[in-house]
Amino acid sequence: MGIKIVDDKCTGCSLCVKSCPFGLIKIVSREEVGKPHPKYKKIAVIGEGCNLCGACLEPCPLEAILIEREEEKPRVDISQYKGVWVFAEQKKGEIQGVAYELLGEGRKLADELGEKLSCVLLGEGMDGAAKELIAHGADRVYQIEGSILKNFQDDPYTDVLSDLIQKEKPEIVLMGATVIGRSFASRVAARLGTGLTADCTELAIDLKARQLLQTRPAFGGNIMATITTPYNRPQMATVRHKVFKKAVKQENHQGEIIKESVDGKNLSLRTKLLDMVQDLTQTVNLADADIIVSGGRGLGGPENFNIIEELARTLGGAVGASRAAVDAGWIPYSHQVGQTGRTVCPKIYIACGISGAIQHLVGMQSSDIIVAINKDPNAPIFKVATYGIEGDLFEVVPALTKRLKEVLG
Amino acid sequence: MNFIVCIKQVPGTTDVKIDPKTNTLIREGVESIVNPFDSYAIEEGLRLKERMGGKVTVISMGPPQAESALREALSMGCDEAVLLTDRAFAGSDTLATSYTLACGIKKIGEFDLVICGKQAIDGDTAQVGPGIAEKLGVPAITYVKKIEEIDQARIKVERMMEEGYEVIETNLPALITVVKEINEPRLPSLKGMVRARKAEIHMWTASDIECEKSKIGQAGSPTIVNKIFTPPPRKGGEVLLGDPEEQAEKLVDKLRQAKVI
Amino acid sequence: MEYFLSEEQKMICELARRIAEEKIKPVREHYDETEEFPWPIVEELAKADLCGVYIPEEYGGTGGGVFELCLAVEELCKIDGGIALVLAATALATFPIMLFGSDEQKKKYLPDIAAGKKLAAFALTEPGAGSDATAIQTTAKKEGDSYILNGTKCFITNGGEAQVYIVIAMTDKTKGSRGASAFIVEKDTHGFSFGKKEKKMGIRGSATRELIFNECKIPKENLLGREGQGFIVALKTFDVSRPGVAAQALGIAAGALEDAINYSRERVQFGQSISSFQAIQHLLADMATEVEASRALIYTTARMIDKDPKIRVTKEAAMCKLFASDVAMKVTTDAVQVYGGYGYMREYPMEKRMRDAKITQIYEGTNQVMRNEIALALIKEAARAKK
Repeated sequence: MGIKIVDDKCTGCSLCVKSCPFGLIKIVSREEVGKPHPKYKKIAVIGEGCNLCGACLEPCPLEAILIEREEEKPRVDISQYKGVWVFAEQKKGEIQGVAYELLGEGRKLADELGEKLSCVLLGEGMDGAAKELIAHGADRVYQIEGSILKNFQDDPYTDVLSDLIQKEKPEIVLMGATVIGRSFASRVAARLGTGLTADCTELAIDLKARQLLQTRPAFGGNIMATITTPYNRPQMATVRHKVFKKAVKQENHQGEIIKESVDGKNLSLRTKLLDMVQDLTQTVNLADADIIVSGGRGLGGPENFNIIEELARTLGGAVGASRAAVDAGWIPYSHQVGQTGRTVCPKIYIACGISGAIQHLVGMQSSDIIVAINKDPNAPIFKVATYGIEGDLFEVVPALTKRLKEVLG
Repeated sequence: MNFIVCIKQVPGTTDVKIDPKTNTLIREGVESIVNPFDSYAIEEGLRLKERMGGKVTVISMGPPQAESALREALSMGCDEAVLLTDRAFAGSDTLATSYTLACGIKKIGEFDLVICGKQAIDGDTAQVGPGIAEKLGVPAITYVKKIEEIDQARIKVERMMEEGYEVIETNLPALITVVKEINEPRLPSLKGMVRARKAEIHMWTASDIECEKSKIGQAGSPTIVNKIFTPPPRKGGEVLLGDPEEQAEKLVDKLRQAKVI
Repeated sequence: MEYFLSEEQKMICELARRIAEEKIKPVREHYDETEEFPWPIVEELAKADLCGVYIPEEYGGTGGGVFELCLAVEELCKIDGGIALVLAATALATFPIMLFGSDEQKKKYLPDIAAGKKLAAFALTEPGAGSDATAIQTTAKKEGDSYILNGTKCFITNGGEAQVYIVIAMTDKTKGSRGASAFIVEKDTHGFSFGKKEKKMGIRGSATRELIFNECKIPKENLLGREGQGFIVALKTFDVSRPGVAAQALGIAAGALEDAINYSRERVQFGQSISSFQAIQHLLADMATEVEASRALIYTTARMIDKDPKIRVTKEAAMCKLFASDVAMKVTTDAVQVYGGYGYMREYPMEKRMRDAKITQIYEGTNQVMRNEIALALIKEAARAKK
């Protein structure tokens, strides 16, 4: 079990060294480690802390790195688990966009597996919403009603979903990688003792092995990893918002609604939700926005955010900011895009006066179209920009707003 | 009160870049840092201790070199440090990590509040915090941006949501994960650094924390990394020339052609 | 170059660098622009225990000496040559207490200074007494258990912000340079007020202000050393403080060099990075050599002082200040040149360094006075050798 270097194969070529995201591989003298070889003087060694990610396997031309896994056996009876589930997140009775995206993607997975697509809907008075889910492609909706489920709270949601999974045994459970999804999916998975893959951006089925291939970014999007849950069921994943297309509504699509009520008394509830406060500075929330206009240090002061806001308003988008602008106190943290702020992937991201530090880039580089407006032609932001405009943002941004107003009416 | 802060040592991210020519990761020098989100957790633990009295214990799971992250926490003012380190932990996914840390926390003893960063910047999963809470059987509140009130028995916090925040109260013991907005971490002090250099770090192995072998390391990890690859780097795009009006016009044309506006 | 720093010295460097990078860098333009006093940074330095790096442990410091002070000042000045003065200028006024203070005075003042609760300022210069310090007009007249101070001091760093002032005043004008004495004056003493706040070319994140003494009555316990020892206090203080000013100059130069090297690698002209041009390479090579020479001189002098406080270091201390400040002026000028037009713009940190560097050639004795002192020491040494 574990990772090892095949002593007589390794030439010490060092191709693997660069591939290790954790920088754990070193090339050392064979003599020093007591592994002499007639031809090669050097050998790779792998330091402690390896998590067996496998990034080094492919670059090695000689198959000199091996990851040995214990002969694993399924830990549950996999054949009992059937069907694809989508957790349909609702807030204030409204089905959230991410649920429709999951239905779209879940439909494909279910069809490929030849299985049913089901939704789990927790809330109160959700009859209309349940029908909506059917119309968007669900074959079945588990509509669990109860006043305790009206607003999301970790404990009862974890209880209800875990119990339902244990009873119905789905093969795959998809949830949105939203605050709600990421808060309780992990509890559910931990309770069931199954695998959960966070924040996926790509899903596929390996039909032969009947496995879900879950691909997700790590290191802030600098590397991608494909993850499977081979021996446990269900295979659970949270999926990034706005990556997949929403399911198209088909009024005639048929499905069954299984409606149950739960009594709050039988569920644990150790937290008390006292208040929900809307952040009024956010006209559109960043996670949902199709268009984001962001401002950075180049704005020079808080008062200049008005030109950013005006452009965002004209486009119907949200206002973002770089860490520099937030740290300077020009705009609240809730607007910060980047590693320590929010990760966004809108259709259009317009970066104004943002130089593009790596920490910012990892938060927005999966946007469809990136527009960079900056007066420094060497700014790193231009390296990721679909369209680069070198110029003074105080001239370009108003000109852009004006032009858009003309065109969009 | 007893506060426990969970931290992770991660590669300093600015070191992880992609070489556009070879499409491989470039790591200039292997600098390791305390996961930035965990610094907020450490700071919040220290502030709570200053307010309420008590002790802050910092715990991590990782290879022996993760000790330096714990020393950093001690130099900021944490009282004790525990490193769960054992080859048997290698290959842990978030479930096994949550279980292992929960076992370590149980061994530390009585606690009132466990504080974690919202996620680690290498894995970005945000799964370990709630996972630990489940394994400890305590309530969890994620994405906390402010602790409004705390006393011996309960805590009232603000949790960040996409469109605002929620005010939530729970009884202790509990676990919270914190976001950047909660505080500004202090730097270590010179005296703290001197103390941290000499301080003993408790090194616990799998047998020390009374864990089930089937639940740790690779055996306790349902997920497997099948493949790791670098995404095709974004190509630098088109530069739009002209005076501001012309640039604006060209951009609007491009966006209309792409049918995004 | 390897200077074989101890673990604790490395920690001081690391800590100072982190404060500079994380806390000072984001606000350096702000303080340069507004000329406000950087109290939040003082707090950071205090929390990090950096205010006491040169103060003995028994008085709440961390037990280092001049060398530790120099290391901290150098690191801070790499990012901002002005803000670090809160530390360096306080040290200038703390050394006299450490060198000449009674036990009571040390116990009373050093712990608060080491903890960063109080800043200090050293007041010698007057409108009519700059390089010619003996021309000071401020007087201190003994009356019973008190001294009464009258006069004006100018260009006092940390003036108005510091709690503790070391003031050199004439107790007996008839005795000339032997008629001066040093006093500790606390802020908020009746008759002690602040005059004009100077608007400066550089080091704008530091306060420079006039001190006005008008029938200012202080207890006789505040006399530092003996009556008539005032200039000795000043001169001995300068011997240990000048390496600190030199470290300020060194930091400014080293920061400029670092940025210039990085910029030259990024800046592309004629299709290649400008670091590939020999014209730039030679400039950088000279800058680096001078910075390293300056560092070696300062570190050696500082270590000498810490090793044996009895060794006379007037000459070496003056050499440090002279050399490091001239290097700072030259290196920052060249760094602006490497940056070209951008270097001249206030958006980039280079022109500020050039402005900050200039003062190091002027204060704590102009470089002309430094040369006088060095030459005087050389001649004295030669004369002694002849005997």
